[in-house]
Amino acid sequence: MKYVEEFRDAELAKGLSVAINAEADPDRIYRFMEFCGGHTHALARYGVEDLLPGNVRMIHGPGCPVCVLPVGRVDEAVALATQHDVILCTYADLMRVPGTKYESLIKARSKGADVRMVYSTIDALKIAEDNPEREVVFFAIGFETTTPPTAVAIKQAQKLGLKNFTVYCNHVLTPAAMRAILGAHTPEGAPNVVLDGFVGPAHVSAVIGTQPYEEFTRDYKKPVVIAGFEPLDVMQSILQLIRQANDGRADVENEYARAVTPEGNVKAQALVDEVFDVRDAFSWRGLGSVPLSALKIRAEFSEFDAELRFRVDVPNPKENKLCECGPILRGEKNPVDCSLFGTSCTPDNPMGACMVSSEGACAAHWTYGRFRTELELELEDSA
Amino acid sequence: MCHAIPAKVIAFRDDDMADVELEGVMKEVSLALLDGVELGDYVILHVGYALARLDPEEAEKTLKLFAEMGEAAFAQGAVA
Amino acid sequence: MNAPQKPHGNKPGSRPLDLKNGRVDMSHGAGGRAMAQLIEDLFVGEFDNELLNREHDAAMFTLPPGRVVMSTDSFVISPLFFPGGNIGSLAVHGTVNDISMAGAKPYYLTAGFIIEEGFPLADLSQIVKSMAEAAKEAGVSIVTGDTKVVERGHGDGIFINTAGVGVVRDGIDICGDLAQPGDKVLVNGTLGDHGVAVMSKRENLSFTTAIESDSQSLGDLVSDMLEAVPDIHVLRDPTRGGLAATLNEIAHQSGVGIELIEDAIPVRPEVKSACELLGLDPLYVANEGKLIAICPSDKADELLTAMQAHPKGKDAAIVGEVLQDARCFVRMKTGLGGTRMVDWLAGEQLPRIC
Repeated sequence: MKYVEEFRDAELAKGLSVAINAEADPDRIYRFMEFCGGHTHALARYGVEDLLPGNVRMIHGPGCPVCVLPVGRVDEAVALATQHDVILCTYADLMRVPGTKYESLIKARSKGADVRMVYSTIDALKIAEDNPEREVVFFAIGFETTTPPTAVAIKQAQKLGLKNFTVYCNHVLTPAAMRAILGAHTPEGAPNVVLDGFVGPAHVSAVIGTQPYEEFTRDYKKPVVIAGFEPLDVMQSILQLIRQANDGRADVENEYARAVTPEGNVKAQALVDEVFDVRDAFSWRGLGSVPLSALKIRAEFSEFDAELRFRVDVPNPKENKLCECGPILRGEKNPVDCSLFGTSCTPDNPMGACMVSSEGACAAHWTYGRFRTELELELEDSA
Repeated sequence: MCHAIPAKVIAFRDDDMADVELEGVMKEVSLALLDGVELGDYVILHVGYALARLDPEEAEKTLKLFAEMGEAAFAQGAVA
Repeated sequence: MNAPQKPHGNKPGSRPLDLKNGRVDMSHGAGGRAMAQLIEDLFVGEFDNELLNREHDAAMFTLPPGRVVMSTDSFVISPLFFPGGNIGSLAVHGTVNDISMAGAKPYYLTAGFIIEEGFPLADLSQIVKSMAEAAKEAGVSIVTGDTKVVERGHGDGIFINTAGVGVVRDGIDICGDLAQPGDKVLVNGTLGDHGVAVMSKRENLSFTTAIESDSQSLGDLVSDMLEAVPDIHVLRDPTRGGLAATLNEIAHQSGVGIELIEDAIPVRPEVKSACELLGLDPLYVANEGKLIAICPSDKADELLTAMQAHPKGKDAAIVGEVLQDARCFVRMKTGLGGTRMVDWLAGEQLPRIC
């Protein structure tokens, strides 16, 4: 596959591994957060961390929109499917996320709710067109990569004059989440997570450009290297972050120049701006309430807003008290630090979102990383 | 939520749709988010939409960069 | 060759089955004349063998000497027709392969049908013809069966169950718990073809590919393999859950670990790219014409040669080895040079969007 396999080449990986090992200062520990769930997945799937020296630690960030969806929103989606006779269209990743009392969309479907997996908003629109007598609700989640397709769908629904199509909007914003992580402090004023830099998201950046990250280099003095999706991209970005850390620099660098431009996808940004407005605040699993971090549908498109069309009855949202998804999403804890990990919480019986989504840190570690012995991890942590 | 993959545009269809190809697999996707796409361009696909055009020159430059980093490190006598 | 065949076709006073436009209705399952006609004209007519033609409720036969192996499988696939096959051919290949994976030669199959009222006879006829062809190619006979019809809305068109018997000759001992550290792991060809072929036809997926299901009977390949290397330790076909699920089963049953080499695993480029587009991992995608063989390491090259010499094994490869590992992990050296686990799959592999 062109533009894919060349970026997974083992020889080039070896070279980059050598370079990283050579430039990492043995007397310090580097902690870089890969914000995007796709990068978490890439690191795990290719075993990239085997090619990094022990003093370069990758901290998994909250860039997994499935993982950060609060329990209450999952409950509302399940309620939409079970309390109203709608066709609930959802991306696959959301099917098994547990809400309060472990109700999920897939469980709702087994009890008779009409929940359908779609690959694209285009599929959801088609379902709405093919079923004019049924209400169709699209469960929209995602960071800035996934928001423009929802905007297109709403505009298309308007153009087609669809009366039976609404969107349950849970789109969230990357810079706000990064700010929340960097801003989180203990009562004594120390940062909750010590970070030396960010591996910036690939396709969020393709949409928003490089400029939004300058806030973090300027105000927080943390370097940001925007990385492509393939393992070599991530390794090159780590090398660039190490260099910046060594040099004491904090710049925005764009390793994914083949797809990311400084201004990003202006057309997509305009469409999003036309259809959505920023919510004052939104509750994130793990980060709590974050101001100006999520989107809602503008009044001009209110007829496509599921939250306005439907009333639902939901329980008080409850998460398992022992679930450490919060601290894990913030990068403060590892999956193995959670007492539920591997005991009651497994991919077969997920207790929290980090285990359901294939990009969640817990699922990634369980599926790909568990062969490293507990002993190795102990040694790493104590270093 | 970033899972995205580059594919080649091989035909245009009505309504901003296009056929793309990834190594023998064809899919119909939306070009509603991009202007000025030409046949033969590679686009990055996400949830059924083309999000960005892939710049072949930049891709080459990046691959060269990977190779240079490795060579420089080996040249300095670094060991894996 | 033997007793005169009973005449098939019209009995006086009955109309012939309308295979073009007719549909299955409740009378076809009621045990009366309509059902007899369906069975005789369609099933017996196509499966056509001495045992079945006698039309007893049970088939009676003797088997050659050796240990008897029995297996059963039910088929509920949707869609019923897919590139490279249909539920019928799949039903025959599936049970034949289960028998073959025990190192046995398969002989006889049963076929049970649960058909939904309204199911087109044209489709049923096509399915039955495919079963007959598949049985013939595999050298087995379908000797007894059953037909039920359920009301509209209570079945997914058609469900099929097949059961089979075979015989393992002496000297062959194949079981999931016999893998030893040091053994090599082989596959007979490319992985992921069936799952991707089926998914390409399902609703919600709108791409066209040139991928066909690999559904095929493996009895003749297994026979050649056992000729070359009688002390194969494990044989299994990686169906639902793909290579990953099957290797995890074997690892646990044998109390060992397994390490795969990603670059050695044969996957067609189109299957790779279809999986990329869908966010799937080919290791977890179903196969219906593939097998895993685990054998002593000093016999691996010989086994590979024997497999590659057979048309159903021309893309065979050694893909990994068995290790000492009390945790029974299956892991893989990635193409990049790192290592990752290849764990069981939780639930249906839901394609990633992330």
